Amino acid sequence: MTILSFDKQALLTALRGILPADAVLCETEDLRPYECDGLSAYRELPMIVCLPHTIEQVQAILRVCYKMQVPVVARGAGTGLSGGALPLENGVLLSLAKFMSILEIDTANRIARVQPGVRNLAISQAVAPHGLYYAPDPSSQIACTIGGNVAENSGGVHCLKYGLTVHNVLGLRVLAMDGELLEIGGATLDSPGYDLLALMTGSEGLLGVIVEVTVKLLPKPERAQVVLAAFDDVVKAGAAVGDIISAGIIPGGLEMMDNPAIRAAEAFVHAGYPVDAAAILLCELDGTNEEVSEQILRVRELLQAAGATQVRTARDEAERLKFWAGRKAAFPAIGRLSPDYYCMDGTIPRKRLPEVLKRIAELSAEYQLPVANVFHAGDGNLHPLILYDANKPGELERTEEFGGKILELCIAVGGTITGEHGVGVEKIGQMCVQFAPQELAQFHAVKHAFDPQGLLNPGKAVPTLHRCAEFGAMHVHKGTLPFPELERF
Amino acid sequence: MDTNTDISSVLQEKVLDAIAQHIPVQIVGRNTKAFYGRTPLAVPGILPSTALAHPCVVGEHLSVAGHCGVISYEPTELVITARAGSSLSGIEALLATQGQMLPFEPPYFGAHAEDTLGGTIACGFSGPRRPYAGSARDVVLGMKVLTGKGEILRFGGQVMKNVAGFDVSRLMVGALGTLGILLEISLKVLPKAMLEKTQVFSCGAQEAIRRMNAWAGQSLPLSAAMFVDGQLHMRLSGSHAGLAEACKKLGGEVLAHEDMLWASVRDHKHAFFHGDTPLWRVSVPSAAPLIDIPGSWLIEWGGAQRWLKTAMTSEAVRERVVAAKGHTTLFRGDDPQGKIFHPLSPALMALHQRLKAEFDPHGIINRGRMYADW
Repeated sequence: MTILSFDKQALLTALRGILPADAVLCETEDLRPYECDGLSAYRELPMIVCLPHTIEQVQAILRVCYKMQVPVVARGAGTGLSGGALPLENGVLLSLAKFMSILEIDTANRIARVQPGVRNLAISQAVAPHGLYYAPDPSSQIACTIGGNVAENSGGVHCLKYGLTVHNVLGLRVLAMDGELLEIGGATLDSPGYDLLALMTGSEGLLGVIVEVTVKLLPKPERAQVVLAAFDDVVKAGAAVGDIISAGIIPGGLEMMDNPAIRAAEAFVHAGYPVDAAAILLCELDGTNEEVSEQILRVRELLQAAGATQVRTARDEAERLKFWAGRKAAFPAIGRLSPDYYCMDGTIPRKRLPEVLKRIAELSAEYQLPVANVFHAGDGNLHPLILYDANKPGELERTEEFGGKILELCIAVGGTITGEHGVGVEKIGQMCVQFAPQELAQFHAVKHAFDPQGLLNPGKAVPTLHRCAEFGAMHVHKGTLPFPELERF
Repeated sequence: MDTNTDISSVLQEKVLDAIAQHIPVQIVGRNTKAFYGRTPLAVPGILPSTALAHPCVVGEHLSVAGHCGVISYEPTELVITARAGSSLSGIEALLATQGQMLPFEPPYFGAHAEDTLGGTIACGFSGPRRPYAGSARDVVLGMKVLTGKGEILRFGGQVMKNVAGFDVSRLMVGALGTLGILLEISLKVLPKAMLEKTQVFSCGAQEAIRRMNAWAGQSLPLSAAMFVDGQLHMRLSGSHAGLAEACKKLGGEVLAHEDMLWASVRDHKHAFFHGDTPLWRVSVPSAAPLIDIPGSWLIEWGGAQRWLKTAMTSEAVRERVVAAKGHTTLFRGDDPQGKIFHPLSPALMALHQRLKAEFDPHGIINRGRMYADW
């Protein structure tokens, strides 16, 4: 039992004074569904769960917690993959799940004002009758919420051309830990003062609680078409991506899968993938009809010249969707092959792909854990999926160590430990490798400006220097960094 | 092209000196944007030890122009990294050799295009392509900065997707150097379009706003939209076949020498920008109806950025723009010691001050350039 610095009973009484009885949960069976997010390897029962449905209620909850010094973890749909919404045993879990309304669709200005618990896909569905959509499309878009998307700066398969969440959000209403309401941005393309919108996006719930989001909507492209290319060598597939971009073409989506990922996806959704290929590329071109027609021809030529063993253009919309279904179902497909899988999320400069894949394969043999690779090739975001069995003693620990090595490899080649899933609790150790102590101290300083008492999602995203010292003692052997043979940037 | 010179340790020493001696510094590149932002009154001489407490002391120039050169450029990775003092025109010329560009179409306010990359990013300036290809802030991937604590720190990186740590690099864009001295900047670049064409239409301002927004809601290869003097100009970028079809849909007359028009609007060389009347930048939701303020207007960014020349008082201009859900910047003219940037709510102002204190606890860099009190 942890010793609480506050009176739990007094806290419950205060929260029950703010919320209806069924919106304050504290019985173990009621708390169970909130014990983890999409990264289920980490679990913790929260002390109390609050389910407010108005901004005033959230404000009142925060004021109580602020006064009583109770830590708060905000949560959307709980689909995050880095443990960002992992509860605290001595804290309040603040669920924004009841904030499900689309408040305004402004077609003239092409914006939508929505509550944080609205699902990503629900926005695009609601505005589809106007020929508009919301561009970022993380694979979890059926379930994940826009509030969580902003907190994590979520991506998807169309980031190279259409950007991440940070490029597609115009305004936020945010509650600070003391309950103060901050209006950041709005319906304009920019706002006066510092770019707090950029700072809030991807801040993993450490700076404020998002209670409203204004998103930018884009016109649906007149046409989208997909080309599937198979390669007998991943290096050739990687080079083909460079060739397409060198030719001045920015595809709407550009995805790569390696052989284990292809086989898993094909067995699961029968997308029509060539199962003997070492790698496939999916290249989606979108825009006006004429533009797409021209680019399809050009891309086919480029892929053939790059040594593709097969180049297929989707014959119709049904086949296009089938090609994508395989990619979008890649994670669950791999989940069928193994009791558990662990999804990594590094970004690397694309030209370093061959050596990174080679090193991952070596590590896979060393740790005796199979890996499938799914790659947002256009923007360099690599998702190696490590297959393991949590019921086998020691296998999770080995998987995590292997995963940590992959992240450190990404840093060593000039990339980053997380492209779109966030740091959360999962990659907090590797933050010590990616950033110098003074940089981490500056992140803490930024947090201090928003949340001086450190009550919002403490222990996530930015490690303490003390923690780094411990991590360093484990991982840096005799002063040498991992992968000394690799050139650093 | 600039010579490749790294003077970051010299700059760091100067900042540490400034901290030790309580003498604030003013960051200067090629001094092409001195007109922008507040110009706090300089008091001759230094007031020892009490200098920082004196609101009027702005301190000595700290020149970053010598910190220049492209550090890396990878056309197939779509990323360039350069030192802040690098010339913007040099960078654009280098990108052009690979058929690439800076997507945000930055303006040149210097008389001979001597503008630096650092100044452009610190001001957060973007040109006509901004609503369609993103802003200066949108393309920033990472930065190396020298804070007011005298520390050299790196944030972000050289890859498109990176969510490790708070997005401090983008926070620096438009912060006018008040949070730190920009040393190195990594930017996403894009291929240039094969072809650009501009169609012209005669219509009134209100009709122009309506059309710009209606077209922006359709799948069209738009890359700029501007209205001035009864003429709406729509620029399209793409391939031959794509543009031919799009122009047919839009109608209008073809404009010859279209690149000259867009450069003149971008750089404020267009006749509209001549004269001494105070110039306001008005940022509103793109479809906002015309705002009733006497003066002349140039409407661009598809309606989202509007330039206003008016003799009306600041208070009156701001009141009417706020009613249209917008905000304002006094871009040129009027009182350089006054409220140049839009007033912030008390809660936001307090947060700005706390952030400033976390990056520049001694209050030594670009004091008073953005808001009077810090």
